[in-house]
Amino acid sequence: MKQFIAFVRKEFRHIMRDNRTLLIILGMPVVEILLFGFAINMEVQNIRVAFYDPTPDAFTTGIAERIRQNSYFNYQGNMQSMEEMEVAMRKGKLDLAVVFPQNFQESLVHSGKAAVQLLSNSSDPNRGSISATYATAIIASFQQEHTKLIQIPFQIQTENRMIYNPLMKSSYMFVPGIMGLVLMIICTIMTSVSIVREKERGTMEVLLASPLKQGTMIFAKTIPYMVISFIDFIIILLLSYFVLGVPINGSLLLLFMIAILYINLTLSYGLTVSTLVDKQVNAVIFSAITAMIPVLMLSGMIFPIDNMPLVLQALSAIVPARWFIEAVRKVMIQGLGITMIWKEILILIGMTLFLLGVTIAKTKKRLE
Amino acid sequence: MIEVKDLYKSYAKGKVNALNGITFSVEDGEIFGVIGPDGAGKSSLFRILASLLLPDSGIAVMNEHDVVIDYRKVRQIIGYMPGRFSLYQDLSVEENLTFFATLFNTTIEENYHLIKDIYQQIEPFKNRRAGALSGGMKQKLALSCALIHKPEILILDEPTTGVDPVSRKEFWDMLGRLKEQGITILVSTAYMDEASRCDRIALIRDGKFIASDTPQGIIENYADILWSVEGTRMSALLSALRDYSAVKTSFAFGDKIHITVTEGLQVGELRQYLAEKKFDDVRIAPIKPTVEDCFMALTSE
Repeated sequence: MKQFIAFVRKEFRHIMRDNRTLLIILGMPVVEILLFGFAINMEVQNIRVAFYDPTPDAFTTGIAERIRQNSYFNYQGNMQSMEEMEVAMRKGKLDLAVVFPQNFQESLVHSGKAAVQLLSNSSDPNRGSISATYATAIIASFQQEHTKLIQIPFQIQTENRMIYNPLMKSSYMFVPGIMGLVLMIICTIMTSVSIVREKERGTMEVLLASPLKQGTMIFAKTIPYMVISFIDFIIILLLSYFVLGVPINGSLLLLFMIAILYINLTLSYGLTVSTLVDKQVNAVIFSAITAMIPVLMLSGMIFPIDNMPLVLQALSAIVPARWFIEAVRKVMIQGLGITMIWKEILILIGMTLFLLGVTIAKTKKRLE
Repeated sequence: MIEVKDLYKSYAKGKVNALNGITFSVEDGEIFGVIGPDGAGKSSLFRILASLLLPDSGIAVMNEHDVVIDYRKVRQIIGYMPGRFSLYQDLSVEENLTFFATLFNTTIEENYHLIKDIYQQIEPFKNRRAGALSGGMKQKLALSCALIHKPEILILDEPTTGVDPVSRKEFWDMLGRLKEQGITILVSTAYMDEASRCDRIALIRDGKFIASDTPQGIIENYADILWSVEGTRMSALLSALRDYSAVKTSFAFGDKIHITVTEGLQVGELRQYLAEKKFDDVRIAPIKPTVEDCFMALTSE
């Protein structure tokens, strides 16, 4: 235990005395938040849609049919009640719900006006707004054709409600992404570099020739970065809440739990990297390529996963950040509870155990 | 006691042979020096003994603990100082020492008597970062760190490389005092002049011990007649000497040339030959061989 504490203290000293690194790891979240403050618009595909139609008639089925046949939409079924619709939405099974009022055709024919409600899941704001826009366009074209046909001027009004993110803030999307990215960079790069540095500078030789157990060393190495990345997580959370106005709708405790799980995972990955390379520069390059780029490209942080080719979608499933980002979105933005994110939690734990296993298997008790 | 038998070690899947069958033993409380040029296999040997590398074949036992099987036990009883400075440059002198003391489950106070002589010299700088120390002070700190847990065996890989002559002498004086405390010391060096400070030495070349004896014994085994030649225009002088049939070998030794000659050659004959070659101001004298002369003789055979 004394060895462990001495080692942790030593690691903290290394970090505290390296002002440049310290500046990077504490300044990075701030810079990233500002950097990604720009919204990125992209085409949305595979919009999962469902309908709620209490009184089906020629017009409602016609509109529904149009939407179903459109290639951007993926028909999920007709809902029997608003409650059912809401449950499906919460579970993340729907991107868009089209709700027809009672007696749609009747009010249209008699008053020349009727409203359709479009509920879009805007926890991913791009996707939410774009799916609603598509549906609106389809309904508008349907209306145009029928106006010509029956020579009666009428109007179908669409009423959009962006649920979970009513103001369509793109910050709702990138804040969880930045958390995923910053934690990945700090934990993976810093941990792997701090171990590889000992190899490169020759201090590993002295440590190995001492009674210190490898496990104690590795565990002690992760503690300071666990603390620092948790501080970073809180910095991002504070910045996004107070500066960007992103709400924390779910349980803060649950959010912390997800963060700790993810930090453990990224630390384990850093340890795995350290067993594979011998030079600090290689540790940085390897971590950057295998950790940062997938987080940027494949985690759903910038590019929606549903728009990716199937191969990339499958690949994104092994990117840890994807599950972290999804869990954070659900808890932070959608305000969901633990029962809705058990899948993400299990995946994060499973990946951590796998990486720790690889690290233990690859850790050498000698120099070669 | 260190017992080593038939150690072989190769790298790069057998392409590079670092050790080609090394056998020796070191008694308790003895200073054993392994002397040879860079790349001779000194570091490979020491790393195997420090349980940091696995030998391809052969046995190494440190105070009855096998370096392969009992490596954990070996790591408790040895103090190892690698060839290059391997302490934390961004930690202070005192922080380094405290860290290594804790690593071995001890404290500075507990074994202060062991390192007192050495540590006192660097104690005025105890708050200075290790990276800012001079070469000699770095070595003293590294030795303090290797000693702080009262090791039974000290393994020092080229501890004096890159250290000024005064500090080198001090360093060897310290090793002498540690030996008196009963610590077995295995030390390697590329400086032949340090050989005389060891109880016994082994000359290593290409992964093999080419001789192993006391420094005196090694020198007494020297069979040739050795002269030293001093003069100006050294490189021309060297080639002139090599052209002379009665000179068997000739090597530059600092500002002198050491030559071995056939029996019966008189100093005057050589002086006359050199004078003909326009080397007027040469000083020739028979000398006693040093360990380096022995090493040269053994390797040129």
